[in-house]
Amino acid sequence: MNQQKLTQLKMLESESIHIIREVVAEFRNPVMLYSIGKDSSVMLHLARKAFYPAPLPFSLLHVDTGYKFPEMYQFRDWFVKSVGAELIVRKNEDAIAKGMNPKAFGVARCCGALKTGGLLAALEEGNYDAAFGGARRDEERSRAKERVFSIRDEFGQWDPKNQRPELWDIYNGSIHDGESVRVFPLSNWTEMDIWLYLRQEEIPIVPLYYAKERLMIERGSMLIPFYEGMEDQLLPGEEPTMVMCRFRSLGCMPCSGAVRSNATTIDEVVIEAAAAKRSERETRIIDHGSNSMEDKKKEGYF
Amino acid sequence: MAGTQCNFALSDEIELLRLVTVGSVDDGKSTLIGRLLVDTKGAFEDQLLAVTRKKGAASSAEIDLAMLTDGLSAEREQGITIDVAYRYFATPKRKFIMADCPGHEQYTRNMVTGASTANAAIILVDARNGVMPQTKRHTHILGLLNVQHVIVAVNKMDLVDFNQKKYDDIVSELRAFCSKQGVEDLICIPVSALAGDNVAQPSTNMPWYDGETLLVTLESLSALDDVNSKPFRFPVQLVNRPQTAALPDYRGFMGRIASGTVQVGDAITVLPSGKQSKVAAIVTFDGDLEQAFAPMSVTITLTDELDVSRGDMLVRSDQTAPQGEREVEVDLCWIGDEPLSVRNKYVVKHTATSAKAIVSEIVYATDIHTLEHVDADQLTMNDLGRVRLKLQRPMHYDSYRDNRATGSLILIDTFTNNTVGAGMVV
Repeated sequence: MNQQKLTQLKMLESESIHIIREVVAEFRNPVMLYSIGKDSSVMLHLARKAFYPAPLPFSLLHVDTGYKFPEMYQFRDWFVKSVGAELIVRKNEDAIAKGMNPKAFGVARCCGALKTGGLLAALEEGNYDAAFGGARRDEERSRAKERVFSIRDEFGQWDPKNQRPELWDIYNGSIHDGESVRVFPLSNWTEMDIWLYLRQEEIPIVPLYYAKERLMIERGSMLIPFYEGMEDQLLPGEEPTMVMCRFRSLGCMPCSGAVRSNATTIDEVVIEAAAAKRSERETRIIDHGSNSMEDKKKEGYF
Repeated sequence: MAGTQCNFALSDEIELLRLVTVGSVDDGKSTLIGRLLVDTKGAFEDQLLAVTRKKGAASSAEIDLAMLTDGLSAEREQGITIDVAYRYFATPKRKFIMADCPGHEQYTRNMVTGASTANAAIILVDARNGVMPQTKRHTHILGLLNVQHVIVAVNKMDLVDFNQKKYDDIVSELRAFCSKQGVEDLICIPVSALAGDNVAQPSTNMPWYDGETLLVTLESLSALDDVNSKPFRFPVQLVNRPQTAALPDYRGFMGRIASGTVQVGDAITVLPSGKQSKVAAIVTFDGDLEQAFAPMSVTITLTDELDVSRGDMLVRSDQTAPQGEREVEVDLCWIGDEPLSVRNKYVVKHTATSAKAIVSEIVYATDIHTLEHVDADQLTMNDLGRVRLKLQRPMHYDSYRDNRATGSLILIDTFTNNTVGAGMVV
């Protein structure tokens, strides 16, 4: 018994459950951001484990840009219902009414309005003092500097140069009125851990993560999904074609690229993820540019 | 380089080792981590491309390895590391979480942060400069934080012509120093982080060195700490009361086992009340367990209806109980902007509980250059010292040397809410 050890996935699981429970113990009104992606699936699964046999003591919040894949909306509604969670969906209706889109306004402005703007408004409306997010430190170099408990000022902004030291597993949840905290229970998970855990726990994910023949636009090195009604997004000379592909990372339709793949099962995806030479966020147009993630995070983006 | 073969662990059975890297300014920490990431494929091509100076640079010597880890724009502007960055890499044997800590004096607090969770540390020493005051300070802090294994990587060996005498001198000076700091397991390796010598690949430039590479050393360090052989400690984070139709009277205590093991039927004492009961069930989402051990997160139900709340601790009645006292002496690393003085009030957070505290005495401060104990009226940012705290109510703690989880605490400033002190119970 004394020699018993946890595998690294079980260590990560236990650490995440500890974090999730600390937040519920220390905050008045937490909420869990749910983005429908694989990391959200894992985070939600961990939250269910944390409070079993009780139901989740907080709601899920999906900040919807309106640009998600149809498969994502279907999956969201089915998955959330199947685990018995309460889901709140919020949109930046103003920006959507004004026709905000990445092609006409640029990716940065579109994300700023639909994601960051939508998120900050939803957090304010719900009067949440803590919001769980599924971001991981291995995703991007400015995220590597993020704390597990990350304080946001009244404007929802992050000051990366002035972060509280985080010692041992003692989290300081003290905040002033108006401040809030973003909590990242998956901080120490890598993309590989997520896949291994999804496999181990048999957690459902959006089918877009598995390879299938899909109608795609090939633009430079990017593979962009084509759906009916997207004809106006085509550039001169572009023609949608069927491509065997899958998504490593899911965001909005116009800004999520796919990769060519034959991986149709979780085992095949695990093998492919292990052999990958390029990071999963490479297919996310939002991250490109020198400081783009850090700048967005300072503004309040996840 | 690993080439195209997949050298990532596909097994979910591998162990985790937490590392911290420390060293003086320009010793090459970020370069070493960049090297480990590149050589274990912990960094991706597009991440490398983003930091490649020349377009199409193929060899890692042409890639600015430090740019891979310095994540903030201010860091890249100033060419320094400001904040702890966490990095992840894996080999077929192990997964590593590495905290890259700045060496600048004003950022020592970040080093304490990174070291607080580490099982092993890598100290970088520049072969040209030898052992610097910062090196000693960092070694002292690693000893204080009880980091299990310390590896000294004598870096930039290429810049001293791979000279064995240079290396031997540094090693003997550090060994003498470490033995005084409570650092027992010291391993020394001559490396060139930039060229890769003795990092993941054995060096052909130093035939006089017959030890392992850094990566092989990291893979073979014992990750097994003795946390399971210590007495059972279970700080209660929350009380689980579903109050649903199916579970109207359910009362479970949620927490992560800080140390030791527990079985169904074990006699339990609740602290601070001292009430006794027995373990009725160890509940998890994946089914009830017969026994559980650290660091598992579980829910425990007891055979009796006891009043237990957040911050209480369950211990096994057949084992020694932690002390419950209103005074505590701690080794403190001060990380607050405002100095600590006698009579100052703070909030102490320890396991899942908080209490007000007053500084009753500064026993001594540690002179960071001589490491001697000196009298002090206050501790300022980055100072180390020993203080006595008077607590508003008794806390149940072990000594940090005995138990990291129940012997550590933080001090929180009641005005700014910032974390201002890292304390280790003496």
